[in-house]
Amino acid sequence: MPHIALPEQLPGISSAFAFRPETAKPMRELAHVLLHEPNSLSQGERELIATYVSSLNDCYFCQTSHGAAAACHLGTTETVRQVHADFQQAPISEKLKRLLVIAGQVQRGGKQVSRSAVDAAREVGATDTEVHDAVLIAAAFCMYNRYVDGLATLQPQDETMYAQMGAHLAREGYRTPSIRPTSEESHPS
Amino acid sequence: MPHINLPEGLQGIRAAMAFRPETAKPLNELAEVLLHAPNSLTPGERELIATYVSLQNDCYFCQTVHGAIAAAHLDGDEQLVKCVKADFWSADISGKLKALLVIAGKVQKGGKYVTAADVEAARNVGATDIEIHDAVLIAAAFCMYNRYVDGLDTWQPRDEELYLQRGRKTAKEGYVTMSKEYLPQDSRL
Repeated sequence: MPHIALPEQLPGISSAFAFRPETAKPMRELAHVLLHEPNSLSQGERELIATYVSSLNDCYFCQTSHGAAAACHLGTTETVRQVHADFQQAPISEKLKRLLVIAGQVQRGGKQVSRSAVDAAREVGATDTEVHDAVLIAAAFCMYNRYVDGLATLQPQDETMYAQMGAHLAREGYRTPSIRPTSEESHPS
Repeated sequence: MPHINLPEGLQGIRAAMAFRPETAKPLNELAEVLLHAPNSLTPGERELIATYVSLQNDCYFCQTVHGAIAAAHLDGDEQLVKCVKADFWSADISGKLKALLVIAGKVQKGGKYVTAADVEAARNVGATDIEIHDAVLIAAAFCMYNRYVDGLDTWQPRDEELYLQRGRKTAKEGYVTMSKEYLPQDSRL
């Protein structure tokens, strides 16, 4: 049961967003810019960074929904599974592997990011904006993950729901809710 | 030296925000709602939560500037800010704020550390659901801001007077207005 009276029938961060729309707005916008808007890192690559950090933070809702969004962008769930198991062996670019190293350091703490990790990313072509975004995506998911788990939000173990959310996120991004209450009147989307 | 080529002459998060105004906008709006907009917790109390979490994350820039903003809201009481940082249990703050600082400290370690007993304890001394929500989200958000500031190895001069001055101004103007000092002025943003 959630720690506070969150709207029922909404899972994970959706319930917290509905509870406090004033903070939801910039949080949605931040995710939209970081993960969805066009950038030199593909949407799939950025969702993989978000998924990886969420798995390090052990947040079921975030790693599953963003893993589903990554799978939609990449056209396969297999790469998501391999990144989760051992990203160094996954079929992703060397640049993304080195950005994932930086993201993992950020997850442990900002001061853990080493000059050598940044140099290593740069050697395989990472730009300053890509390094910046990897750092901020990782930092932002240290927020989203804590928000979702810190309120003890409802996180159903429902693969179909996450696949639907992932498809919505991959298509529409983050400015609009990816899931709505089901038992009330439903609006055509 | 910062890990990436950030604009020179800007301290801490300002340099990172000026580097990437697209993400700066929602980051400032989130801080504005959480820390500056009117709420049942005073701005001083909310800044103390931000300062405390930034201390736990060992982020010099954030704990110093938010400590200064807190002091400015608290009639210049820098001593109270120092007490909260040293041992908030013995500080002259409300029992409710102490209970919310316990929750914030748990969030800093990880979302799953927050217990129903922690939340119950806060509720027993009058914390509302919104106040508990905001304590969780302020703590989570500073796990992001702190990692962002340190993860890029931003310039953080050891100059207490600079932070006190900026603290007084930010306490008055808020985050969105202050951001005009260092963000490029562009009507599209």
